[in-house]
Amino acid sequence: MALSWYLVLSALIFCIGAGGVLTRRNPLVILLCLELMLNAANLALVTFARMHGNADGQVFALIVMAVAACEVAVGLGLIVAIFRRRLPIDVDEMKELQG
Amino acid sequence: MSVTTWGWLVLAFPLAGTILIGLGYRRMGRGPAGWLATLMIALAFASAIGALLSLQDLDEHGRQVTSSLWDYAATGSIDARLAILVDPLSVFMALVVTGVSTLIHLYSVSYMRSDRGNARYFAYLNFFVFSMLVLVLAANFLLLIVGWAFVGAASYLLISFWYRRDTATAAGIKAFVINVVGDVGLVLGTFFILRHSGTLDFLGTFDAVHDGAFADHRGALVAGCMLLLVGAFAKSAQIPLHTWLPDAMEGPTPVSSLIHAATMVTAGVYLIARMHPLFEVATPAADLAAIIGCATLLIAGTIALTQTDIKRVIAYSTMSQIGYMVMGVAAGAYVAGLFHLMTHAFFKALLFMAAGSIIGAMAGAQSLDRMSGFRRAMPFTFGCFVVGGLALAGVPPFSGFFSKDEILAFVGDRGGWYVALYAVGYVGAFLTGIYTWRMIFRAFFNRPCPEAVELEHGHLAHAEHPTNPATGEREDTDVGFPGPEHVIAEREWRMKVAMGILAVGATVLGLLQIPNVTHVLTDYLEPTFADSRFVHVHPPNGLIWFGMVLGTVVALLGIWIAYQVWVKRPGAAAAMQARFPALHAFLVNKWYFDELIDLLVVRPWAALGAFANRTFERVVVDRTLVGGATGIVRAGSQAVRAIQAGFLRYYAALLLLGGAGVVLYFLIQSS
Repeated sequence: MALSWYLVLSALIFCIGAGGVLTRRNPLVILLCLELMLNAANLALVTFARMHGNADGQVFALIVMAVAACEVAVGLGLIVAIFRRRLPIDVDEMKELQG
Repeated sequence: MSVTTWGWLVLAFPLAGTILIGLGYRRMGRGPAGWLATLMIALAFASAIGALLSLQDLDEHGRQVTSSLWDYAATGSIDARLAILVDPLSVFMALVVTGVSTLIHLYSVSYMRSDRGNARYFAYLNFFVFSMLVLVLAANFLLLIVGWAFVGAASYLLISFWYRRDTATAAGIKAFVINVVGDVGLVLGTFFILRHSGTLDFLGTFDAVHDGAFADHRGALVAGCMLLLVGAFAKSAQIPLHTWLPDAMEGPTPVSSLIHAATMVTAGVYLIARMHPLFEVATPAADLAAIIGCATLLIAGTIALTQTDIKRVIAYSTMSQIGYMVMGVAAGAYVAGLFHLMTHAFFKALLFMAAGSIIGAMAGAQSLDRMSGFRRAMPFTFGCFVVGGLALAGVPPFSGFFSKDEILAFVGDRGGWYVALYAVGYVGAFLTGIYTWRMIFRAFFNRPCPEAVELEHGHLAHAEHPTNPATGEREDTDVGFPGPEHVIAEREWRMKVAMGILAVGATVLGLLQIPNVTHVLTDYLEPTFADSRFVHVHPPNGLIWFGMVLGTVVALLGIWIAYQVWVKRPGAAAAMQARFPALHAFLVNKWYFDELIDLLVVRPWAALGAFANRTFERVVVDRTLVGGATGIVRAGSQAVRAIQAGFLRYYAALLLLGGAGVVLYFLIQSS
């Protein structure tokens, strides 16, 4: 089986994730979609590692997972904080930082 | 130890004193600071003696030794080194500076005892001595300029030492500004000389002059020397850059004694003597210096006749005496000019110290109008004034007699129009006798003033409220003003010792250079001036005898007139003043030099500045440059502000689009 199919799958997952980030308003779902995008990138990295026959891409993938875990922890923490203060769980409502 | 090691030590001690006192001033106030400072200068004096002795051991042709600590820059066209030149001239200057400074430091321990800024004072004073030694020991123009600027800064700090007195700070600023004019002249002159000599080193420059580096560029050399003279005139208070010196009397009296009489103001004389190979080629510059010196000695002498502030009288006499020195060294009488520099340092420092003592007895007042009859109350101070006054007036056998007459004999021997300078020199000597003894007769003779009477009964006058002697404003005695106690030499052994040594020096130093009998300085300074055209010029004996008799006669005549006018006929001075009101006003207002400079320089510049402020500053700088830059930034931010909508998903879309665009670009590139 050709390795390019992995890349096609990775691109599809990335686009699904990106579409979710752009269209959904619930921050929890946006975080989920971000995870999709990250994992699509991971898949691409592992594929490239396989293509070139060295482990650099796999190491990168592991690092991305670690960073993603941190990011989720921060993101979920923010969402919980918003929930606790009984603010609307909607990213479009949070637009005070504007020019 | 070698000659140059002693030279470096001379510099190191005052620097160490400055740093130690400057860092530890909180712990050292009122006591240790003064003694530490005095000790450091005394050690520097001892090192200078060491340098003198080891220099005399050298062969006569090898008595010009340089030593370099490191190079700042040594490229093809410039050789900037931290280097000192130890030769008879620089050691001579170092001896005079450190010797007189030691005594003045000792005097200051008493004089500044009650001042709240005591430690700061001694740190500044040590810094001044260090700067002056850098100036005289420098082996190249670079270090000379550094020392030149440092003494200007030290002078500023010490003139405005009582910084809460408005008059003192104004005088400090004035001195600094005029000295900076001189610094600029010195730097520009150095450029003119460096351009053709190719070296900053003094000895290298002199060699280049001898080898004809300026043969085709004589104009550049003359211009360079004229600019050096601007520096010399500003530092040595020669006309027309002299107006700062009388105002500098706002500083503490020992400062006037050290900086504005004995050492710093003679830097111009040193500069001309040091640069003699240049000035002998650039004769127009030397002639200009001789004429200016001569004019200064006459003008300052006439002004001193009418001043009533005792320190200002001595200040104008300093200007006048430096006029003699400048005239002497410019005419080629190097040894005589430096001899007068040394004797003047002694008798003028003595006069200032004695004036400090009498100001102490007057509880801070300085006006001659209020002083009289101190003769019995202050016998020691009176004695010092008499010795200093006789030396200054040039009465034999006091030191000033020999040094002044040696200068004048040499100038007269030059012939030509120098004879006019010779004649003016004796007119100046006549005026010197009058104004010096006018001051002494007014302060010490006639009916004792209340302060003198009180002192005769053993009580030192005490001012009810401390006041500024110049304006009469009320002051306190906190830091920034003079301390509460006043001191007189009669009750302070340190002041007595310092003044006593100077009085002895002022009396006997003339014996070093009795015409046709002794020539200690001529022999000693010979190696420095060996290449001079004038080194073997010796005025004929007839002229010397004529000069000595004439000098004695005019000095005694001056003293006699002063005695007649201010002791015998108390009304005579007032009558003369009423008879010639215009002349009196002219002299009291110091020939209107301050007003003239104000009119010719200060006002045009201020008007030009105001005009530039209205036009160039407002239109070009404010509107075009500053306004244009802010306008561009403001318009740019206005344009991009619309993107900042605040919607998270909008930002994410922009991010994705941007990323996709970059990727697409590289894809198209690679295919």
